[in-house]
Amino acid sequence: MHELGLTQHLVKIAEDAARQNGATQVRSVKVEIGALAGVVPESVEFCFEACSRGTLLEGSRLEIIFIPGRGRCYDCHAECALDTYTVACPACGGFSLERLQGEELRVVEVEVD
Amino acid sequence: MCTDCGCGPSGHHHHHPAAELSPGRVVRIEEDLLAKNNRLAAGNRRLFQEKGLLVYNLVSSPGSGKTTLLERTLSDLQHEWNFAVLEGDQQTSNDAERIAATGVPAVQINTGSGCHLDAHMVGHGMENFAGLPLDILMIENVGNLVCPASFDLGEDAKIALLSVTEGEDKPLKYPDMFKAADILLLTKIDLLPYLRFDIEKCKAFARQVNPQVRIFELSCQNGAGLSSWYDWLRQEVAAKRRAASMTGVNG
Repeated sequence: MHELGLTQHLVKIAEDAARQNGATQVRSVKVEIGALAGVVPESVEFCFEACSRGTLLEGSRLEIIFIPGRGRCYDCHAECALDTYTVACPACGGFSLERLQGEELRVVEVEVD
Repeated sequence: MCTDCGCGPSGHHHHHPAAELSPGRVVRIEEDLLAKNNRLAAGNRRLFQEKGLLVYNLVSSPGSGKTTLLERTLSDLQHEWNFAVLEGDQQTSNDAERIAATGVPAVQINTGSGCHLDAHMVGHGMENFAGLPLDILMIENVGNLVCPASFDLGEDAKIALLSVTEGEDKPLKYPDMFKAADILLLTKIDLLPYLRFDIEKCKAFARQVNPQVRIFELSCQNGAGLSSWYDWLRQEVAAKRRAASMTGVNG
């Protein structure tokens, strides 16, 4: 639900960076979204066109890099996939999992003219 | 023939991004989308520390009893400490008016179409309490089990409410929120005799998502379980004051 606001913010970050580098147009913007970031990539894609209208990003390509979640069990130290908070450690069944990866929500770079 | 490297049409395939265009300049950004909120939340946290203020962010679905819990808690405890309340809703000042009726200063934040409070709104909301000696700030977030999980406001902890008129599997359906909350209050337990709500199952689901979560069961109607909740608050205030005195901050 908050993807609209985040996408507006993403467009602003990208546009500010483009302007600071003397660009007149953004061709593409690369974003990382982790599985545990609480953000639906499809919603960001959906909002992007509307949010980029009238900015340097209008007509640009949004490239979303989805980062799968990884966790480590506090009990047995096994590492496992962790794409939601409801999974148990596949090795010991414990639910105490440390988040190693998957919370990313980052504007990585823009390609500009 | 490929103009980039001269490979023929039947030759090897490799990837030329936007081969028909010369490449644009790449500008590295590496900025977290929540960085601005997190910066402002850190600023709020410093302000709360300076004031020795204990801050909770109450999160739940709409109608789980956040405002009722506050009304009851403030009525029972406002003689022990100075409270203030920030009320988040999309529209109306109904909740702030309900809180103000208890005598506790309350400020309504209307998010308009927004689905959550952010650190910026809370920072400005706090300006209304400048100069007031406060011990505990309660922030009632917008009723929403999704978005408020992602936005740090600078609080000491998120407190999630789940009323027993909701499904016992809510922690599994909305794991991000129940993971983010240190405390879970199961509310309206006076209604349990009329419902098919398996409270033990609900607690097991919550601990599956968040093994460290601390759970209280209570009813603001008949007062069941409130004393445990109040005792926990007393311990937290005492712990905050000890920490503040050790770091030399006046509590």
